[in-house]
Amino acid sequence: MSLCVERGELVSIIGPSGCGKSTFLRCLNFLEIPDSGVLRIEDVEITKQTGHGWNRAQERRAHALRAHVGMVFQSFNLFAHRTVLDNVMVAPRSVKGLSQPEVEPLARALLAKVGLEGMADRYPSTLSGGQQQRAAIARALAMKPAVMLYDEPTSALDPELAEEVLQVMRRLDDEGMTQIVVTHDMRFARAASDRVLYVEAGHIVESGDPDVLFANPQDPRTRRFLRTLL
Amino acid sequence: MTFRLSAGAAARQRASGLVPRAVFALSLVVLCLFSPVGAVAAPDAAAPAPSASAPSRDVGLPELSWASDGEANVPYVFHDPADLNHLEGFEYDMVQEIARRLHRKARFVQNDWDGLIPGLQRGMYQMVVDGIEMTPDHLQAALFSRPYYVTGDRIVVRRDRMDLNSFAALRGHVVGTIKETLAERLLQREASITVRSYEEETYAFSDLRNGRLDALLLDGPIALYYAGITDDLEIVGPPVGQTRYGIAFKQGSTALHDEVDRALGAMMQDGTLQILLARWNLWTPEMAEMTGDHVQRDVKPDEWLRYRNAMRAQTGWLGQLKRYIGFLPDIGEAAILTLVVSALSMVIAVSLGLALALGRHYGPGWLRWITGLYIEIVRGTPLLIQILFIFYGLPGMGIKLSPFFAGVLALGLNYAAYEAENYRAGLSSVPRGQMEAAIALNMTHRQALRLVIIPQAFRTVLPVMTNDFIALLKDSSLVSVITLTELTKTYIRLSSTYYDYIGTGLLIGGAYLLLGLPFVRFARHVERRLGRSLMRSGHH
Repeated sequence: MSLCVERGELVSIIGPSGCGKSTFLRCLNFLEIPDSGVLRIEDVEITKQTGHGWNRAQERRAHALRAHVGMVFQSFNLFAHRTVLDNVMVAPRSVKGLSQPEVEPLARALLAKVGLEGMADRYPSTLSGGQQQRAAIARALAMKPAVMLYDEPTSALDPELAEEVLQVMRRLDDEGMTQIVVTHDMRFARAASDRVLYVEAGHIVESGDPDVLFANPQDPRTRRFLRTLL
Repeated sequence: MTFRLSAGAAARQRASGLVPRAVFALSLVVLCLFSPVGAVAAPDAAAPAPSASAPSRDVGLPELSWASDGEANVPYVFHDPADLNHLEGFEYDMVQEIARRLHRKARFVQNDWDGLIPGLQRGMYQMVVDGIEMTPDHLQAALFSRPYYVTGDRIVVRRDRMDLNSFAALRGHVVGTIKETLAERLLQREASITVRSYEEETYAFSDLRNGRLDALLLDGPIALYYAGITDDLEIVGPPVGQTRYGIAFKQGSTALHDEVDRALGAMMQDGTLQILLARWNLWTPEMAEMTGDHVQRDVKPDEWLRYRNAMRAQTGWLGQLKRYIGFLPDIGEAAILTLVVSALSMVIAVSLGLALALGRHYGPGWLRWITGLYIEIVRGTPLLIQILFIFYGLPGMGIKLSPFFAGVLALGLNYAAYEAENYRAGLSSVPRGQMEAAIALNMTHRQALRLVIIPQAFRTVLPVMTNDFIALLKDSSLVSVITLTELTKTYIRLSSTYYDYIGTGLLIGGAYLLLGLPFVRFARHVERRLGRSLMRSGHH
């Protein structure tokens, strides 16, 4: 799979379950180590060759690379023992070594941005799924990433709660954030993406402008996939 | 000793600016350092010396350290019923006299009967005086002085079995005795006799009274001092067999052996030994025969009378109550030792346990293997063996620990294995996504553990940890086998001195409960606080 994403682009990756789209996404910040390949984000480039192990130097570079990448998970993965505000502040404080007074205004601003002004002192378990996912987005944004990765961000949510999350993502797109989204939400993929990738069996089958791909898919496999959704 | 005291002083200075809670914790440590129990904590003190009551003029004299089991060991070496912190007994008097003649200062070391000879090998003290029979086995294990006492075994029965008045009459009956004595060997030779061997004579007497035994066969002095002071038991028939007691030294310490031998010989010749033993009502024709001291000295048995009167005086509820109140300082001291041993062990168990759990959960293959092996070995062998191994076994490899440190270390190492498994379960209970989210936020593995995983695991392991601490508090009773006088040892000592197993049992049980309760309350409090963040909203 080969993919080049421009700054400010919103790319959606769609495809049947088990096609490898999530794995591909997780390779982009080395939550999973790919068998082989080259990955470049901003000024960090990492090469992994088949049959070679993953060494300390590579892990260091992955660490440098993750500084540019934020990630949002299907199951939110908020830190259950910390308040929402703490969830947003913990990484800037521990990883960047910033002090609480330095981080807190940014954290509160991010919570406002995702519509969680009043929730700063709540624990994640007391929030709705949509609120949790928006808190997770704020948490990722607090590290000021260049790219945001979303792994099926709305799959665990009821439609109206999913909409809150998608709105936040649209707003980020308007502000010029680069975003890569693995999703099952075809409406969102079609309406919000700059580009859509259809992935099947570990390969990019087809990619292009969402209106073209959804209205007039070129590959029979894409056609078959889109037909099953109707 | 100096080191620990100065550490205590430094700690007190530091504490001046701390919160009251820290001061409380500290005062416990300081208490431990300055109370008699604290002596146990000193790295160089081999064992507690409850009452090395040496006159002040002896200060500066070389030491003569000797060991005996002062628990329920009347009339050899025992705690004065009128004043438990005071030791007495005919052997105690004899050692004082020997020390005086050697121009040394006697220092008493308490040790369990089973540990007496091992302690000698270990160099904890120079000699053992505890009615040790000069059998071929014993003569091989240690170097013995000339015999200082000779006695036959006596039959003790309840008033309703006065017919069991000879060794032959014991056939077909259940007979109790003290283990590893001449009496035990005599009884075992007789196939028709069911033998029950006891470590402590008080238990044997209890069982005779409550009918589990038909008779006892015991060394003369024991029979006299236990059966001679009550109306329900009787010594019957002629003495059976004959045995000699000697002072045991470490093999090869011939210089001290010869000195003590000469002193003993002199005491036999000049009548000192007769006077000493007669005061305890223990001078017998056999002793006259052995020592060749046939002079009639007409000594009043005042020690015997004093003991008998002291034991008879302790009746009536007021006397009982006074006695229990008198126990409280001893129980308090023992409770502090129990608490300090348990708390320090728990600190080791928690920190080592966490390291083991992390190693086993996240470490590379070889580390997982080693930690797994440690956990299996420690969990799979008895704690008692581990304690004995560390205290008596390690010196063989050049590692010599004080009883206090050996006890704390053994308990800590043992509980670490259980804590490790507890923490591993706790770590597994934290969803995988938490670690992934932390890594995605660019935390290092270490930061993720510290800030995300461990705090969440802590919540699930806390109830089990509370449980473990209570268990540890009770398991700390096992360190009594390495001469630490904690609560259980105190129970044994008190109950066997007064033959009172119910009242003292309730007191000591209460002390354990009191120690555990604050910790349980504290843990509940913490659980509640942590629980707040865990509260689930309705739809989850």
